[in-house]
Amino acid sequence: MSQIQNVIEAQALTKIFGDFKAVNAISFDVKAGEIFGFLGANGAGKTTAIKMLIGLSRPSEGEATVAGYDVYQQTEQIKENIGYMSQKFSLYEDLTVRENINFYGGIYGLSRRQIRQKTSEIIEQLGLENHARKLVGSLPLGWKQRLAFAVAGVHDPKIIFLDEPTGGVDPATRRQFWEMLYAAADRGVTIFVTTHYMDEAEYCDRISIMVAGRIDALGSPRELKQQFSANTMDEVFLKLVRD
Amino acid sequence: MLLKIFWAFVKKESFHILRDTRTLFILFGMPIALVLIFGYTVTNEFKDASIAVIDEAQDDLSQSLVEHLTASGHFRLIDMPPNKAGIEAAFRAGTVKFAVVIPPQFERRFYRDKQASVQLIADATEPNYATTLTSYASQMIGAFQNEHAEQGALPYQLDIETRMLYNPQLEGAYNFIPGVVALILMLICAMMTSLTIAKEKETGTMDLLLVSPLPPILIIIGKVTPYVLLAFVDALIVFVMGVYIFNVPILGNLGVLLGLCLLYLLVALALGVLISTRSTTQQTAMMTSMFTLLMPTMLLSGFLFPIASMPSFLQYLSTIIPARYFIDIEKAVMLKDAGWEAIYWPSLILVIMLLVLLVAARRNFKVIYK
Repeated sequence: MSQIQNVIEAQALTKIFGDFKAVNAISFDVKAGEIFGFLGANGAGKTTAIKMLIGLSRPSEGEATVAGYDVYQQTEQIKENIGYMSQKFSLYEDLTVRENINFYGGIYGLSRRQIRQKTSEIIEQLGLENHARKLVGSLPLGWKQRLAFAVAGVHDPKIIFLDEPTGGVDPATRRQFWEMLYAAADRGVTIFVTTHYMDEAEYCDRISIMVAGRIDALGSPRELKQQFSANTMDEVFLKLVRD
Repeated sequence: MLLKIFWAFVKKESFHILRDTRTLFILFGMPIALVLIFGYTVTNEFKDASIAVIDEAQDDLSQSLVEHLTASGHFRLIDMPPNKAGIEAAFRAGTVKFAVVIPPQFERRFYRDKQASVQLIADATEPNYATTLTSYASQMIGAFQNEHAEQGALPYQLDIETRMLYNPQLEGAYNFIPGVVALILMLICAMMTSLTIAKEKETGTMDLLLVSPLPPILIIIGKVTPYVLLAFVDALIVFVMGVYIFNVPILGNLGVLLGLCLLYLLVALALGVLISTRSTTQQTAMMTSMFTLLMPTMLLSGFLFPIASMPSFLQYLSTIIPARYFIDIEKAVMLKDAGWEAIYWPSLILVIMLLVLLVAARRNFKVIYK
């Protein structure tokens, strides 16, 4: 892609549960190959927003396209082009590393040869050579998370959505995880990641900050820090929440 | 392509099953345990029942009555003090469950007064056992009376001839084998599938399946197929145990029996899927299937308690229990070799239940997909 394209576009996207606006008319776009951070406190509406984009939840109002497909009409096509890593760590703990990769490869319709190739790629990339036959449940959380990310990309999707992928691990382990995100972004994969760790926010190309269902700030970390005359993303966030 | 995806599911689901000893136990230990428990412990039959006889007459006729009772092989005499006070203590201590009292001058009254009585005393803290023993002893005493009455001594004589159709020996297995099959299929198809689907929701893996391009219906079919196969194997195990260990016959067409098994199994499956769409954790799924499926299947299907003797409220309730119809079908095919006219009605009801449940499950599944 020579010219920068938008792979996600949202216009006044809204989700209403009863009379509660979980997501209130958010608008943003994400460019191809970008790492887009989707920030907000717990309960700000991040997960609901992500579910509308990946076809798990139908928007109440507004427009959005993902990989060029409409979120109302073309969820099937969207699903073929995205990978997803959910908030709960989501591989099968009672299956081995290899079996998990095989299964997810299988449901995305990869051929046996492709699956074999992907499996050895992932195992090599994560340095899991000695653990391929171990049950995933026996691995440390940081490894599981990196494996889950690799599995989310097993079918080479254009966009990978990550919903709080690094919960519960220390900053050093988070840093290792982010190395993987950079590597994927370098290959041209767009990364859409929600988080509430501000150190992670600094790693993103651009971020949006959600407060109570609305996007209150959008831009690169540097731009946001200037805009809010803050030194760190933490301060930006605090200023936003206090207003 | 779909077949390959389906195969990936079956493989993965088999790993889950094989690696979980609890599941394995429920799948294979449970049916065998149930058959053995019902076969050897829960039974209304009696063999070698110990009875006490208090023979206060001690004449020829009373002695031949005692001989008559013990000759059948169903009763075994236990030594008893020949007085009523001793008997009462023995009943209270539980050493005697059943006693026959022959009053003094039995022979004289029988032949001269044509009016003799025999008293049967039973410990009715176990009502079923008491009733069975009493009716059996009454029958034998009746036969004894006919044998010994002088020609023309009884002015009127009504011979009652009883025939127990389809189960002449009153074998308990004829009832519990069909019941256990109904229970096991419900347990595995409904409870296990609702658990396995709820587990994917609980651990978050369901979301991953739902963001894949697979249609939801394929996810469900892929997940439940291994359980369908296993449930079918379990039904076969129970049938085989019934035929070879407990001599329960399968008189009717085996193909029809297994075909209708499959129908009932699908009903149970639809129930399981329906429950799983309503529960987000394994615990809720477990509780819901226990209370809405397993207990009613045990208590209201006619398996343990006859429907005809339930209060009318429970009789109405039992009409929505699928197992009730399936047990009717099983008994008709296995024991009576009955034709379509006997099974089309319960089968039709099961088909209707299946359709209603499938529609309900489909509508509810959309809720999480919305």
